[in-house]
Amino acid sequence: MSQIAASSPATEPSARLSSWSLLLNNRLATGGLIVLGIIALLAILAPLLPLDNPNATAPADRLQPPFSEGHLLGTDQLGRDILSRLIWGSQVSIAVGLSATAIAALAGSLIGLIAGFARGRTDNILMRLIDMLMAFPYILLALAIVAVLGPGLLNALYAIAIVNIPFFARNVRGVTIGLASREFVDAARLSGKSWLAILFTEVLPNVLPVIVITMSTTVGWMILETAGLSFLGLGAQPPQSDLGSMLGEGRSLLFNAPHVSIIPGLMIFALVMSINLLGDGVRDVLDPRLRAGDLTRPRAVTRIERKTKPKSTIDTDAILDVRGLETSFQRGRSAFPAVKSVSFSVKKGECLGLIGESGSGKSVTALSLLGLVASPPGVITEGAAYIEGEDVLSKSETGIRALRGAKVAYVFQDPLTTLHPLYKVGDQIAEAILAHQPVSKDEAKKRAVDLMEQVGIRDAAERVDAFPHQMSGGQRQRIGIAMALANDPDIIIADEPTTALDVTVQAKILDLLQDLRTKRGLALLLITHDFGVVAQVCDKVAVMKDGEIVEAGVTEAVLRDPQHAYTQKLKACVPELGQGKAFLDGVRPLFAEAAQ
Amino acid sequence: MSDAIVVRDLVKTFGGGRTLFGGRTHELHAVKGVSFELKQNETLAIVGESGSGKSTIARMLVGLETPSSGEMIIDGQDAKELRAQGSAVFGRVVQYVFQDPVASLNPRKTIDNILDVPLRLLCGYDAGKRAARKKELLDAVQMPSDTLERYPHEFSGGQAQRIAIARALAAEARIMVLDEPVSALDVSVQAQVLLLLDDLKRAFDLSYLFISHDLAVVESVSDRVAVMYLGEMVELDTAQTLFRTPSHDYTRELIASAPRLESAAAE
Amino acid sequence: MLAYIAKRLLAAIPVLFGLSIIVFGIMALIPGDTATAILGAYATPENVARVNRELGLDRTLPEQYWVWITNVLQGDFGRSYNLNRPVLDEILERYSATLVLAGVSLVLCSIFGLLAGIVSAVRQFGWADRIITFFVLIGISMPAFWLGLLLILLFAVQWRILPASGMFAVYGGGDFMDLLRHLILPAVTLAVVATGVIARLTRASMLEVLRQDFVRTARAKGLSERKVIYAHAFKAAFVNVIPVIGIQAGFVLGGAVYVETVFQWPGIGAMLVNAISTRDILLVQGGVLLVAASYVLFNLVADVCQALLDPRLKT
Repeated sequence: MSQIAASSPATEPSARLSSWSLLLNNRLATGGLIVLGIIALLAILAPLLPLDNPNATAPADRLQPPFSEGHLLGTDQLGRDILSRLIWGSQVSIAVGLSATAIAALAGSLIGLIAGFARGRTDNILMRLIDMLMAFPYILLALAIVAVLGPGLLNALYAIAIVNIPFFARNVRGVTIGLASREFVDAARLSGKSWLAILFTEVLPNVLPVIVITMSTTVGWMILETAGLSFLGLGAQPPQSDLGSMLGEGRSLLFNAPHVSIIPGLMIFALVMSINLLGDGVRDVLDPRLRAGDLTRPRAVTRIERKTKPKSTIDTDAILDVRGLETSFQRGRSAFPAVKSVSFSVKKGECLGLIGESGSGKSVTALSLLGLVASPPGVITEGAAYIEGEDVLSKSETGIRALRGAKVAYVFQDPLTTLHPLYKVGDQIAEAILAHQPVSKDEAKKRAVDLMEQVGIRDAAERVDAFPHQMSGGQRQRIGIAMALANDPDIIIADEPTTALDVTVQAKILDLLQDLRTKRGLALLLITHDFGVVAQVCDKVAVMKDGEIVEAGVTEAVLRDPQHAYTQKLKACVPELGQGKAFLDGVRPLFAEAAQ
Repeated sequence: MSDAIVVRDLVKTFGGGRTLFGGRTHELHAVKGVSFELKQNETLAIVGESGSGKSTIARMLVGLETPSSGEMIIDGQDAKELRAQGSAVFGRVVQYVFQDPVASLNPRKTIDNILDVPLRLLCGYDAGKRAARKKELLDAVQMPSDTLERYPHEFSGGQAQRIAIARALAAEARIMVLDEPVSALDVSVQAQVLLLLDDLKRAFDLSYLFISHDLAVVESVSDRVAVMYLGEMVELDTAQTLFRTPSHDYTRELIASAPRLESAAAE
Repeated sequence: MLAYIAKRLLAAIPVLFGLSIIVFGIMALIPGDTATAILGAYATPENVARVNRELGLDRTLPEQYWVWITNVLQGDFGRSYNLNRPVLDEILERYSATLVLAGVSLVLCSIFGLLAGIVSAVRQFGWADRIITFFVLIGISMPAFWLGLLLILLFAVQWRILPASGMFAVYGGGDFMDLLRHLILPAVTLAVVATGVIARLTRASMLEVLRQDFVRTARAKGLSERKVIYAHAFKAAFVNVIPVIGIQAGFVLGGAVYVETVFQWPGIGAMLVNAISTRDILLVQGGVLLVAASYVLFNLVADVCQALLDPRLKT
């Protein structure tokens, strides 16, 4: 995660400029743009085109089929030229749809901005009003409004606009609430900006993409719905006509002259479809998550594409032996290496600490061992991970899954996001047992209670039915550990297991891990950024920087007398209790040259 | 010379309002009657774990939250009166540095834009003077001058925190509330920012209220240390005394829990 | 859980109250003289006076509302002047026909929408995903009234395998199979758009959930991919889709207006369109109130279902 974040600044500025080219790269969106462009151009140029008068009736020529002479698309029941009416009608439909969108976007966004930013009573009143509008089934409210105002194109426009206000208000409010609690809003306030200035100069620019996305996804709808009202005879009134009223008028002739109603319907469909295609393209470009490819489905096992095939078994006394591991992230056609030729080994009962700063590749290394790096974008490009001498990465998907949670178990960083929010904690532990052992559900649940007791949860028999959100951070991490112990693993890989916790809780969790390790003879691979944690728990340590291990050895020796310059600097930068103000004087020379 | 900040019996309770049906919402006592003072040119640290109320105190001191009761005197002026005169007056007296530097900079504004606001609204400088001040500020936090045209996402966490510090300095307030200013940063960057804060304090004659959960960081920067536990200040003493001979049980537990490098060497 | 349901029911009361005010406003806001609007331009003065008295139009608005709402609560929605029968009888009869149509459509769009969404997410970028995404796009761009006409042309005119209109055959119909034959085309027409919306949202929600940390935890436990996707990811995604199904109920009820008009289904939507054209205000009022109130209740059921699945919402 942090690796992607770290590499994005370089690509971002150019991406901003190339939004257009991104949109045009999307073939469907380009198609939509072209169709929409042609229709819009025809509609705008309608007065200049050599078309018949759309309202000139010619009873003698009525109901001519398409491709008849002088009438490319035939004529309707009054002998009017359908092609001409189609183009003029499109003009009306597009204009009405766009106006309705503009009105709904303006009113809805304003309501959403104010409600989301003011919160409290204003928010309550505004959103109750919006709820009231939402309490009507969509078209029903439009019908009710038309009932009040009377049938007519302009009234239909108002009705559709009002009905769509809630979509904008809700979307914009949601985003605004998120933004209003962000630090930069507080910072602007402390810089002396007024309430109104913050809303319109700090918050609004960040909300604009959401408004544009909502507009592009609703404009098609609004064209569709105004056409619908006209179809029902409640929108455009003769002699005025839009696509919907053409369709409505032609409906009675469905059996003997279907083209009169089918052609305008096809036009509405083409118009709305092209707008939706374009709208999807716009959304893909503006939504940062879609752009970064964060919404692609990760595979069950990380993609493994090794250039050289390592031996699938080796002779080693270590329980875990990693050789020349390389993992990279693919973005488009280029690949960014996150882990470069990493090798280390862990013996039974031993604890190895993998330490590094953010972006050093330590977590990716840990996740690569059992193919848990999200893929795409992750790819394992080289190396092997031997567990008891057998290469994990050479195994099939089923083979790797048999190891996961059984011989090798993971403990992750933030137990609030890593536990499933909708399952009871006991069931989540039991599920891990059931995945690997042929026991009954009751038996598994009983063992879950045992495990919870072993990791120090009081009243385990009751807490087994608790949901993760009902527990404290420390307790949740104990559940995470209990889950890891479910199948009596030989290796535990703990990825920053205490980073999200307070120091006093951290101390207890580290004690627990240490205790379990000595009792069960577990091999522990501990990923952390904290030298103190390494010093307290690990026998050996490996220091990572930019995807490589720069120094490794016995913890005591590395910490007392670091060899590599990076380790030395890193160690010097960690303040120690008891050092006091001497710490700052000690690090000052380290950065003296850098500041010049 | 008077103290930079004096706080007496400060209380903050969240919730407790009436719901639609007349019931009371859940009350949370975030700060329960805290008193302390920050002396001129001093660094006073407040340490505590999550939920101890330390950040709530910080936010009250800069006017982002309103105290439920109690008294705050900032730079000799009553906070209530400051607040009544508007956020601009408050901002000129005390400034704030946030924990997450990237989140504290608006992603859609250039650094030039961001630094311009306090200079214009708080100091009231004309365009020429503002341009000169921006250059000085970037120099003070050791950032290159081409920083101005760029957007926040183009900077690393450490650089962003320097920019955020420059914005706080722009207001020319003499009191700074630093809310976990280095805890989102990697250790090597953390040390650099601590050094920078130390230099700035001397150069501009500042007083710091330093909020943190990291005991070792606190010890390295502060003159006096206060320990918060569940909304109460359980201990307040000079850094030396507090770390050498802690008097409260919770302080002792906190110190004992902190992981250290020596433990490996000692075993 | 019971406390939660009670709380939601209580919260629905102000919404229903607000609804009744808006619906009442329809009558109050109608420009011109309501009695004339009801009776037509050629009404005798005595009749106008009688209608005004009957409707309480000689009193203040709040008083009028009070009279109206107490009557409504006792089941008295007034009489339809065009049909010359009590509004309540007419709307209940029409509403049951709409419920059959809308209910079947909602079931259809939920099942197919969820299935299509899941398949599309699981096979992201595969051929199944491409085909589904394409059809979903067609579905949400399709004017329901036009689709209905196309289906009639194909199935009723061209191939003559399904009836073009009505709920039952005029001669010899009336049994369940007859209803089913008449139901297929309108129900499918009505379900198409909603299916697209639900499929889209399910796909997006699944893809988002599949990226989350707890899915990685499920994989790290060694669960089979089927369990990871259906027990872990889908459960979390489904919780997000439920409220959208609730909203789709509104689209289906509203879309019934078009479909009932096209297929001459004797439902409340077609009735409303006629009533608006003929300015039968009391009928419009009663119909809108009934449909909106039932929609509020349906959304309440959706909320309760969501809370049953997600313990975090139950407070």
